[in-house]
Amino acid sequence: MADETKAPAPAASGDAPAPREAHAPSPRFGERPSGDRPGGDRPRFGGGGRGPGGPPREGGRKFFRRKKVCKFCVEKIENINYKDYRMLGQFVAESGKIVPRRLTGVCSPHQHRLSNAIKQARNIALLPFAGRAS
Amino acid sequence: MNRTYELMFIVRPDMTDEDLDKLISTLQSAVPSAGGSIKNVEKMGKRRLAYTVRKFHEGVYILLTVEGGGAVMHELERRLRVTEPVIKFLTVRIDEEQKRLDKIKAIRDARKKVSAQPAAAAPEEAATAPAGAPATA
Repeated sequence: MADETKAPAPAASGDAPAPREAHAPSPRFGERPSGDRPGGDRPRFGGGGRGPGGPPREGGRKFFRRKKVCKFCVEKIENINYKDYRMLGQFVAESGKIVPRRLTGVCSPHQHRLSNAIKQARNIALLPFAGRAS
Repeated sequence: MNRTYELMFIVRPDMTDEDLDKLISTLQSAVPSAGGSIKNVEKMGKRRLAYTVRKFHEGVYILLTVEGGGAVMHELERRLRVTEPVIKFLTVRIDEEQKRLDKIKAIRDARKKVSAQPAAAAPEEAATAPAGAPATA
């Protein structure tokens, strides 16, 4: 960039930056159809990277559990509220503990919101702190 | 002063309906003096509690939506703390969350509109073309 500014062509300097700026933003911002945060590509990354513990080369072992997708991303549920205890109850174990996301397949931002909602629901006695079993 | 709060509280189950209404109207009258307004009152009915609260296994849930500053909620909570029938309460601030939800909804609606235009043109052509052919034949 230094040599371009030094270049003694004011007309050329007028042209050169303009097409470069036109190129730079568009592939990054314009095309993404999945929008801001509830983007569809997150759960795919999560499912691929988070496979079974070992490499798939281990013979005999189950290769890949079926790819889990984030329920909230798929159904486009954005409002995770402490009031709908039935939906929250799906992510809570028998003992009342919050189920880890490697078992439920929920993506990270949704798991944060989910766990906050579960804690709020526990505080207002819609969900138990510790369940019947264990 | 445009913060919106949701206040959910549980009242002991052996309260009569009219006592409950009296309690709610007391709270409602306290709010404007502190500089707020109650948007919504919802009685969610009697429910079994997930754990025992002050030796009660059931409670009547009530949800209030309040608009105002922090002072309004401070006053409301203070009142709820001293009210004997109220056994538990929870305040949640919802205006930021509402903003986020509205923004997502706006993005999704805008996207649907953009994608609906070419989709609206295509089925029209598909509908008129086969309809035209059998009519002539």
